[in-house]
Amino acid sequence: MSNLPAYNYTVVRQFALMTVVWGIVGMSVGLWLAAQLVWPELNLGLPWTSFGRLRPLHTNLVIFAFGGSALFATSYYVVQRTCQTRLYSDRLAAFTFWGWQAVIVAALVSLPLGHTTTKEYAELEWPISILLAVVWISYAIVFLMTLKRRATSHIYVANWFYAAFILTVAVLHIVNNAALPVTPMYSISLYAGAVDAMVQWWYGHNAVGFFLTAGFLGMMYYFVPKQAERPIYSYRLSIVHFWALIMIYMWAGPHHLHYTALPSWAQSLGMVMSIILLLPSWGGMINGIMTLSGAWHKLRTDPILRFLVTALTFYGMATFEGPMMAIKTVNAFSHYTDWTIGHVHSGALGWVAMITIGSLYHMIPRLYGRTRMHSTALVSLHFWLATVGTVLYITAMWVNGVVQGLMWRAINADGTLTYRFVDAVEASHPGYVVRLLGGALFLAGMLVMAYNVYRTLERQKTPERAIEPAGGRHEA
Amino acid sequence: MDTGTLRGVITFILLLAFLGIVVWAYSRRRREAFDEAANLPFADDEYDAHQDEPEERP
Ligand code: HEM
Ligand code: HEM
Repeated sequence: MSNLPAYNYTVVRQFALMTVVWGIVGMSVGLWLAAQLVWPELNLGLPWTSFGRLRPLHTNLVIFAFGGSALFATSYYVVQRTCQTRLYSDRLAAFTFWGWQAVIVAALVSLPLGHTTTKEYAELEWPISILLAVVWISYAIVFLMTLKRRATSHIYVANWFYAAFILTVAVLHIVNNAALPVTPMYSISLYAGAVDAMVQWWYGHNAVGFFLTAGFLGMMYYFVPKQAERPIYSYRLSIVHFWALIMIYMWAGPHHLHYTALPSWAQSLGMVMSIILLLPSWGGMINGIMTLSGAWHKLRTDPILRFLVTALTFYGMATFEGPMMAIKTVNAFSHYTDWTIGHVHSGALGWVAMITIGSLYHMIPRLYGRTRMHSTALVSLHFWLATVGTVLYITAMWVNGVVQGLMWRAINADGTLTYRFVDAVEASHPGYVVRLLGGALFLAGMLVMAYNVYRTLERQKTPERAIEPAGGRHEA
Repeated sequence: MDTGTLRGVITFILLLAFLGIVVWAYSRRRREAFDEAANLPFADDEYDAHQDEPEERP
């Protein structure tokens, strides 16, 4: 063991624990929003807690605080272990941690106060946006320099996905946030009109493609083989998967702007590219799931593996649904309805959160000198809460989406609308209640996780030998 | 060259690049290297083997 490098686990631990914390905070805000749609009075009649201000707070917290911390933690862990070298510069790595937390806290304060650029997923005003850019460039330096000083001859495929995610997000963020500062918390975008819309959704879509997809695929390519204890099904497929995904994703953004002022050729291009995108997406999913071939029985006893495989299944669902919704005639129906919200959360809860949770359950004990969590039974409980919660959430939104779409376009024989808008809102009420319930189950799972993590860490401090390793006992 | 032709040419070049990657990835010469790479996640298994023992890790 002496010839193995000493890894920098400090920064990985910090990010891993903050992932759990921010997950709980961000999802609580999501739950609050869901409750506001059931009982509007819950906006408390205050500007700071109104739906319009809490909504971007939710998306920033779950995507950048929860998802972002998970990506920092796992990428730092994976790159060290697959390159068998220590992370480049402990100082810069520590800066990425504290800088990232500062960005999140700034979001937590500025968004409820109403400071926003109004660009979705890029709401943070210019001083915060600049800090974010500095932190992100430091992240790129730490990650790429670690790759450079690797002790292995190959760069494992997970690192390709992480690197693509880091570099692309740097470019997206800087280009889309280019703005003219007017006051300390107000700026005007450098772009205008249709160009602004196109830049924004080139950013927005690739934020989904590289932040919520490529980064988490990096996670998948390490933690699925690790937890299944066998190499990825096909390494060759993973390479084709990587290049195909990178080449196609960039062009699919216009599907967010169907029937707008965007030139119609750009809309059609976005539609075609979105449909083609199904192939690399499913290639990746199949590669992940087939890694278990010959080891399917492990799913019965290992809830961590179940998290990872379920995440891949939801990834397959979201990437099947996405291309459908990108077809212009379908989008004419689905756009503005809760169907989009359902699609978002089948990706966000089913894929992003599940793959993160599974990876954390694998990684956290190992970061603290253990091989398993305090309680496997609680991991299993969390799995069921998360799965049932996700299914309730997305089915409620599908039903609502279809109901809204049908009601909005229903027309009487004389050409007048059959329903008033508020009729569709009333019809959506039961779906909102079910979504609230689903969200509550998902959040409850996160609380179970927090407790389990706390006990795992606590146990690490007490002398190991005195206590039986509890986790192992309850396995089957 | 008008814009339409240019777009066609770019699409064609990207298609060729993609096919090139596929041929390269599946060529027999790469087999050994890819097998090695695929096993990198397990290269430091030894690291965890010593866990569940109190302290004395690096
Ligand atoms: C307990 C879990 C969660 C609940 C209850 C929840 C609830 C909500 C609600 C009520 C909205 C607003 C929908 C609307 O405007 O009609 C929303 C939007 C959104 N949420 Fe969540 N959410 C949860 C978890 C997550 C997670 C983990 C992610 C990402 C990783 C996420 C990403 C988003 C995004 C991107 C939007 C904006 C969607 C759009 O603009 O189309 N959510 N969420
Ligand atoms: C092949 C893959 C995918 C395609 C082609 C696709 C396509 C689409 C389409 C057509 C929309 C609706 C746009 C609109 O009507 O406004 C959409 C929205 C969205 N999708 Fe996907 N999707 C894919 C995968 C994913 C995945 C894996 C996630 C992961 C979380 C995701 C997250 C989102 C989000 C957050 C939005 C809402 C954007 C907004 O705020 O309006 N998508 N996607």
